[in-house]
Amino acid sequence: MQASVIASTATQARKLSAEEIKEIEHEMQLYPDKQAVGLEALKIVQKYQGWVSDESLLGISKLLDIPVSDLESVATFFNLVYRQPVGRNVILFCNSVSCWIMGSESMRSHINGKLDIDFGGTTENGDFTFLPVPCLGDCDHAPVMMVGDDLHRNLTEEKIDEIFSEYKSKE
Amino acid sequence: MVTKPLTKNIDMSRPPLDIAAYEASDGYQSVKAIADGLTPDNVMQIVKDSGLKGRGGAGFPTGLKWSFVPRGDSAPKQKYFVVNADEMEPGTFKDRLLMEGDPHLLIEGMIIGAYTIQASTAYIFLRGEYKVSEKALKNAIAEAYERGYLGKNIQGTGFDLDIILHTSAGRYICGEETALLNALEGKRANPRAKPPFPQVSGLWGKPTIVNNVETICNLPGILTYGVDWYHGLTKGNDHGTKLFGISGKVKTPGCWELPLGLPIRQLIEEYGGGMRDGLELRAFLPGGGSTDFMLPEHLDLKLDYDEIAKAGSRLATGTMILLDNETCPVGMVGNLMKFFSHESCGFCTPCRDGLPWVDEIFNEFESGCGTDKDLQILHEHVEYLGPGRTFCALAPGATAPLGSGLKYFADDFDRHIKEKRCPYRH
Repeated sequence: MQASVIASTATQARKLSAEEIKEIEHEMQLYPDKQAVGLEALKIVQKYQGWVSDESLLGISKLLDIPVSDLESVATFFNLVYRQPVGRNVILFCNSVSCWIMGSESMRSHINGKLDIDFGGTTENGDFTFLPVPCLGDCDHAPVMMVGDDLHRNLTEEKIDEIFSEYKSKE
Repeated sequence: MVTKPLTKNIDMSRPPLDIAAYEASDGYQSVKAIADGLTPDNVMQIVKDSGLKGRGGAGFPTGLKWSFVPRGDSAPKQKYFVVNADEMEPGTFKDRLLMEGDPHLLIEGMIIGAYTIQASTAYIFLRGEYKVSEKALKNAIAEAYERGYLGKNIQGTGFDLDIILHTSAGRYICGEETALLNALEGKRANPRAKPPFPQVSGLWGKPTIVNNVETICNLPGILTYGVDWYHGLTKGNDHGTKLFGISGKVKTPGCWELPLGLPIRQLIEEYGGGMRDGLELRAFLPGGGSTDFMLPEHLDLKLDYDEIAKAGSRLATGTMILLDNETCPVGMVGNLMKFFSHESCGFCTPCRDGLPWVDEIFNEFESGCGTDKDLQILHEHVEYLGPGRTFCALAPGATAPLGSGLKYFADDFDRHIKEKRCPYRH
């Protein structure tokens, strides 16, 4: 997946919420310096906001007193930190070797056809974002994918249809 | 007698044992032995005598690794013990089983390791995607604090230990121990130059041991049941049991704890159930995505570190990926190259520029546009990205399936060029 260039015009830091600050401060007790909390802070903000906006990045930078460039170099490095808005449910689709052998490509086509998005895309209604992820470490149940925090194993087209309808009915 | 020390408490049809049930199954006996007077030097000697080798992929002797950490009065007061739980090697699913199935075993092992090097803080560097492991470990850590196995003055030993669970956000390179340390420090996870080695200057510049989950899970058994028992588990040159896994088109893929030294054929046929009906085994990667392909003619070799090395590959993680005769070998190697290309940290040029080039060439082969010149470029990259040419082991890892794939599947590459299509596509 190509990371798109982010031309930020953000100058205002977002004021982090009380919950976000509380959780970030808890993490600060676990590490000897503030830089080490950077990734945790990004994940905490993402948990509440769905993604990490430029304004949030500035907000974290201010709270932790670390340069925004340092924070950005971490944010752009990790697969699971989203610097663009994502759907309500993120599909992490394993595209590594065992799943590939077990037919993940045709599962990918099925999802593509069903949701009308391919890797990197978000459905128009904002329900799902479809992302590839390196080996999910569940190769004896290949092909697999995660939707949100849940792991779905031994995927078939029927199973995928069921999974998506469940997430729809949850909302 | 216990024959499966790693998985004896694991039953994935129920939640993992709670601390009381774990204690009842000989759990935390090693902490009691420490309380009864076992010194760090004693533990170090026992682990050295056990012959335990690292289970993360490199197979380095654990006791020897620990012995590089400065000890005595002149050693730095702050040291760290770190668990590498960033399982992300393609085709590898063994540490997940241990963490989801018996989290207390890992915690007990961490206490042993941290005590030996006298580290008062330990981190578990866990893959962000492993949500079930995260929950299991969180519960187990809380229980261990409650029972006085963690915290201050553990069981009256005078030894303090805090365990902190760090969940990462997904990058394969974090499994490289110095990149992992950078990630823990909150930096971009590029690997560091060695020396200095982490054992001397690791996390925040302090002496640090990084061990794989499965390696650490071997420790409670060694301390509880003894070195002779440990040596008795196997008949080969390497000691102890190992988790072996099979993925691909076999009848019953899975992960099992077995003695080291079993013939490969037995693993695939007896445990994996053999290939699915109508399929034949074409080749296999013996220990994850960064090992060299092996062939059916190697099936009678034993699953231990030395014997697999003699066949030009590595036992590495012990989780095999099987290629059948109806799956395209060029496509399989191409899939692995896409992975390595995506997961390159971008720090050194051969890896950052070479792997995407290799990946692009495989796309050409896939779409029927591959040429003899492309094939030559792939061969050159086996050398350009090989050991000694790059900053860390990521790109050399990629050359293992690439080089062996080019050698064993030469006919398939040729057919892609001549037929201008993937011959396995119908």
